[in-house]
Amino acid sequence: MLDIFTRLFGRESTGSKDVARERLRLVLIHDRSVVSPELINALKADLIQVIQQYMDIDVESLLVNLENEDDSMALIANIPIKSLKRAVSI
Amino acid sequence: MNGKVLVVTSGKGGVGKTTTSANLGTALAMMDKKVVLVDTDIGLRNLDVVMGLENRIVFDIVDVVNANCRLKQALIKDKRFERLCLLPAAQTKEKSAVTPHQMKNLTNELREEFDYILVDCPAGIEQGFKNAIAGADTAIVVATPEVSSVRDADRIVGLLEAAGLTDSQLIINRIRAKMVKRGDMMDIGDIIDILSIDLLGVVPEDESIVISTNRGEPAVLGNASRAGEAYRRIARRIIGEEVPVYSLDESSIMTRFKRMLKLAR
Repeated sequence: MLDIFTRLFGRESTGSKDVARERLRLVLIHDRSVVSPELINALKADLIQVIQQYMDIDVESLLVNLENEDDSMALIANIPIKSLKRAVSI
Repeated sequence: MNGKVLVVTSGKGGVGKTTTSANLGTALAMMDKKVVLVDTDIGLRNLDVVMGLENRIVFDIVDVVNANCRLKQALIKDKRFERLCLLPAAQTKEKSAVTPHQMKNLTNELREEFDYILVDCPAGIEQGFKNAIAGADTAIVVATPEVSSVRDADRIVGLLEAAGLTDSQLIINRIRAKMVKRGDMMDIGDIIDILSIDLLGVVPEDESIVISTNRGEPAVLGNASRAGEAYRRIARRIIGEEVPVYSLDESSIMTRFKRMLKLAR
């Protein structure tokens, strides 16, 4: 009986479009961020080179990663410092 | 003459690339433009049946690029419009039977004869896609308001940009006003937001497309089809006229009723 009514007066919304939009948004963040390991390695090498001009870092345990968190992306770098260089006047 | 090459593409299959190609080509011919439809879906040709020209095929695109025949011999004249032609795909070859370089040469040759060269691209992102976009000036991306289709369209837009086609335009196909209204289908704004490319047009879901495909007569030929009207409008936008995109309100029963009574335009 209820079925006939809902059919007659148009089905009630399930609001599924909002679900679709949100799922698409998330899947596209991932799709668009397919970054190759080569790119990350190149970035890592450049980072090391720049930072070493200012401080002595532990190159061996340096970590660079792209991280997805819910709806945003971040480039996370963990760079242990061995020692700071003596202040050069800037 | 220096024709414009438009590739109709989508990534996902079954969203209406071939229907869109057939209807836009026919609509442009109805506006006195010289048009050629190029089917690049080698192995799965279908543009010929949608156009109702399947019985006239002698040579195909592979024959042309291999110089088994002259280009003119392979071009099939449309039943209805002298200035509309179809270059059919080969049915028994593979996508690799044509190279992007050959496609570029072919489209350049067609530019000499036609105002518009519409290239119907196969589904997928492999060789067939690469061939189809090789000679194109701009791309028309077709998507339906579904997660899978929009996702694939996003990928295609990225690949087109990488290939130097940066001004792709979007056709949202098979939209259902009723479902949009009750919040069960993504609307035009949602899809534009996500893909961030220009909107070329919107085509409503319409049974008349099935009927016209059954008959091999593109929907733009009749006046009764809403999808046909939407395609005619898109064709006018392609030639540079300023026409508003099809709005979902126009598909409501009241508006159609009023239009029937000539109360509304």
